[in-house]
Amino acid sequence: MYVAVKGGEKAIRNAHKLLAKRRRGDTSVPSLTLEQIAQQLSHSVARVMGEGSLYDETLAALAIKQSRGDLIEAAFLMRAYRTTLPRFGYSQPVDTAKMLVERRVSATYKDLPGGQVLGPTFDYSHRLLDFTLAAEEDNTGQSVETVQADDDAMPRVTDLLGDEGLMEPDPVTGEDTPVGDLTREPLSFPADRDLRLQNLARGDEGFLLALAYSTQRGYGRTHPFAGEIRYGEVEIEFFAEELGFAVTLGSIKVTECQMVNQFQGSAKAAPTFTRGYGLVFGQVERKAMSMAMVDRSMRWQELGEEQVAPAQDIEFVLSHSDNIQATGFVEHLKLPHYVDFQAELDLVRRMRDEWFEKRRQEENGDAAQEAAE
Amino acid sequence: METSIRTTTKNTPLAAGFQDPVHNAQTCFRAIMDVMARPGSRKVIDTHDLSPPAPLTPVAAAIALTLFDYDTPVWLDRSLNSSEAVKAFLRFHTGAPIVGEAVDASFALVSDPEHLIPLASFNQGSAEYPDQSTTVILTGQEFGTAPSVTLTGPGIKDTTVFATGPVPPVFWDQVASNNNQFPRGIDLIFAGETEIAALPRSTRISPTEV
Amino acid sequence: MNDTAEIYDQGEYNFAYLDEQTKRMIRRAILKGIAIPGYQVPFASREMPMPYGWGTGGVQVTASILGKDDCLKMIDQGSDDTTNAVSLRGFFEKTAGIRTTYETSEATVIQTRHRIPEKNLTENQVLVFQVPIPEPLRFLEPRETETRKMHALEDYGLMHVKLYEDIAKNGHIATTYAYPVKVNDRYVMDPSPTPKFDNPKIDQMEALQLYGAGREKRIYAIPPYTKVKSLDFEDYPFEVQKFDKPCGLCGAENVYLDEVILDDKGGRMFVCSDSDYCEERRAEGHAGPMAADPAAIQIGGATVEETI
Ligand SMILES: [Zn+2]
Repeated sequence: MYVAVKGGEKAIRNAHKLLAKRRRGDTSVPSLTLEQIAQQLSHSVARVMGEGSLYDETLAALAIKQSRGDLIEAAFLMRAYRTTLPRFGYSQPVDTAKMLVERRVSATYKDLPGGQVLGPTFDYSHRLLDFTLAAEEDNTGQSVETVQADDDAMPRVTDLLGDEGLMEPDPVTGEDTPVGDLTREPLSFPADRDLRLQNLARGDEGFLLALAYSTQRGYGRTHPFAGEIRYGEVEIEFFAEELGFAVTLGSIKVTECQMVNQFQGSAKAAPTFTRGYGLVFGQVERKAMSMAMVDRSMRWQELGEEQVAPAQDIEFVLSHSDNIQATGFVEHLKLPHYVDFQAELDLVRRMRDEWFEKRRQEENGDAAQEAAE
Repeated sequence: METSIRTTTKNTPLAAGFQDPVHNAQTCFRAIMDVMARPGSRKVIDTHDLSPPAPLTPVAAAIALTLFDYDTPVWLDRSLNSSEAVKAFLRFHTGAPIVGEAVDASFALVSDPEHLIPLASFNQGSAEYPDQSTTVILTGQEFGTAPSVTLTGPGIKDTTVFATGPVPPVFWDQVASNNNQFPRGIDLIFAGETEIAALPRSTRISPTEV
Repeated sequence: MNDTAEIYDQGEYNFAYLDEQTKRMIRRAILKGIAIPGYQVPFASREMPMPYGWGTGGVQVTASILGKDDCLKMIDQGSDDTTNAVSLRGFFEKTAGIRTTYETSEATVIQTRHRIPEKNLTENQVLVFQVPIPEPLRFLEPRETETRKMHALEDYGLMHVKLYEDIAKNGHIATTYAYPVKVNDRYVMDPSPTPKFDNPKIDQMEALQLYGAGREKRIYAIPPYTKVKSLDFEDYPFEVQKFDKPCGLCGAENVYLDEVILDDKGGRMFVCSDSDYCEERRAEGHAGPMAADPAAIQIGGATVEETI
């Protein structure tokens, strides 16, 4: 008996009880603590904060626990919580030149002021399963020698290039220019770069990765170099009207990627390097790099390039980057659609009848003609 | 919001807003929605807890509290604009920016409708975004007295007769030509002493045959 | 409060969940939608605690119009007890504490997905539709920038070509639901994925119709007594699906029927999609040809062993 769609309240309640039970798993195994998740699954936490568009490690850890590690579901929980929060205003732009850097690499220079700081990275590790981690008590408290980076002496690579006039300057925006915010105004096209970057920052890591990859394979080549990737802590400042100056609210960890791209110049502009920009919460370098490449791709019009590839198509990219929207609409196909299906059933049956009828008439016609001959 | 109460009122106590902001705004909105959906019909708005500074009327204040906020630039006609108390009331309770150019306004509040500026001075919206036009709110209206017009179109079963005043002498010609440019054009809300009515741009206007 | 209402029991939220600023923004969009029948008004759709595509547009519209004296009916596929209808009804019971009903005539606000009740609606009711893709031209032209221009210029040639190609290929128009309509002789509009059987109901309907698309961030409306014409051609006039049998349970004719498969031997019956309408008729003593069939008893709303 088919009762799935007429299941009613009891079925829903039972389904959610069962979900809670499955989420917890074997109760003889200790329950995860939020601290464990926040500390030991920091990449998941960072991704959930970024795509969930809310910086709060504990809430992200809770969302991951509640969603059984489904990171898109966790980001959705963060978004739904985020919309209920009161909005006090917009922070001052963060100054990543003043970042307390934990990692900083540049692919464009062998060495540079402040040096290359590898920091915590999977890069150059051998991807061999580390069976020592499988032990109950894994190898903790290993002392690590780190070099304290002197942040005054760590200028951004793009600023170094800019000093020589080789890099396009940062776009200058006036104090009074309103901040675009796609969570407050529906996105309309063509969208300006501020809105595009906001959309990408909230966008799905996998989607941006695939698009960025496509530009490397000839679908809208942008000649990127990883000018600089830096990860560390930056201060968030808020301009308090009643005080008349900015106050520090706290600090967040971000990854910034500046891709340096060739630009051959035009009648109006001399050849120079241009940039693609990526900034994400936490250490999510893959996304920051992808974002920078897609950002640069979408600047084709402003730089007088041709639009030839999906990654350049602003409306296409921005309309499909949001995994909360995408997952909702794809998964809504699970909802009952039997009313529409009934209409289709009727049509397909009718069209089949007509098709067979036509065939039958043709055959009869042929037979009649043969008989006549 | 708390801080602006002192700076804007200059010792005059600020008139209160809705006593129950959630439900008062909801009932007022439903009345506006109903009259917008049924052009020429009227609905009573309960304003017993509102005594806004003149010339802002309680019904107009209720509409403002229901629809205005930071995102809606508001244009005031001369008599409203010359009242600091009115501006303080609107700024404090709605946060709406008050603009000098009619064309920049999402809403226009008019307390001296006889001297209403031409409807074409307001934002008419564009062909692609006709929703961006101004909604003009005429206050101090008395329904059923002035010469009437006949309305047809969406929201109206067959036809309906509508009369309101005061309005400028050329008003109905202006409304007719405003509505002829559908989907562009302004929408009108009429605020009486206790009742409201509305005329969206979709309504076709003709003189009532006597 | 029903059981699923508990899902939303996470803290104190504003009446009907949305904050007042959001409601104002949506209310303004609703007024514009009413003033420009059939035009899709962009609005800053919020992230809701249910997924996009699962009714967030309808929920935001309902939350913005709902008052404490309203009585809400929530249907999906014509039925009050489909899973998502149950879930959304629970959401409003919890966040607004309002009265809900299964009875069409008792409701002041009806939120629906894919159906319009069989019973005529009245001037005192508002019908809120959940809309997945509000743009009727979207499958002919995926770009918003292009379709917006077409609406501005009232250039609907593409749509007519598509429908005509259907006729050339199949002998009739192969669109069975979300069948495009022209509203007030101006805007071509998607009536949401209701079967075209329901299209005649939205023409000159006495109730106000509001359409909400959350993911696509659009709201549109049809005021009462508005001309709504299903697109067609002089030689191929619009026609609705006809069922050659009445409802198996209540005997109703000229209503939309669900096909229910009874067994794996080809046994099936047709019953009213509008479950409240069917129950009311049966309570009045109407009986369809299969009302007494043991296989049909489970479908007729008798106690069913619920499964997950
Ligand atoms: Zn029936």
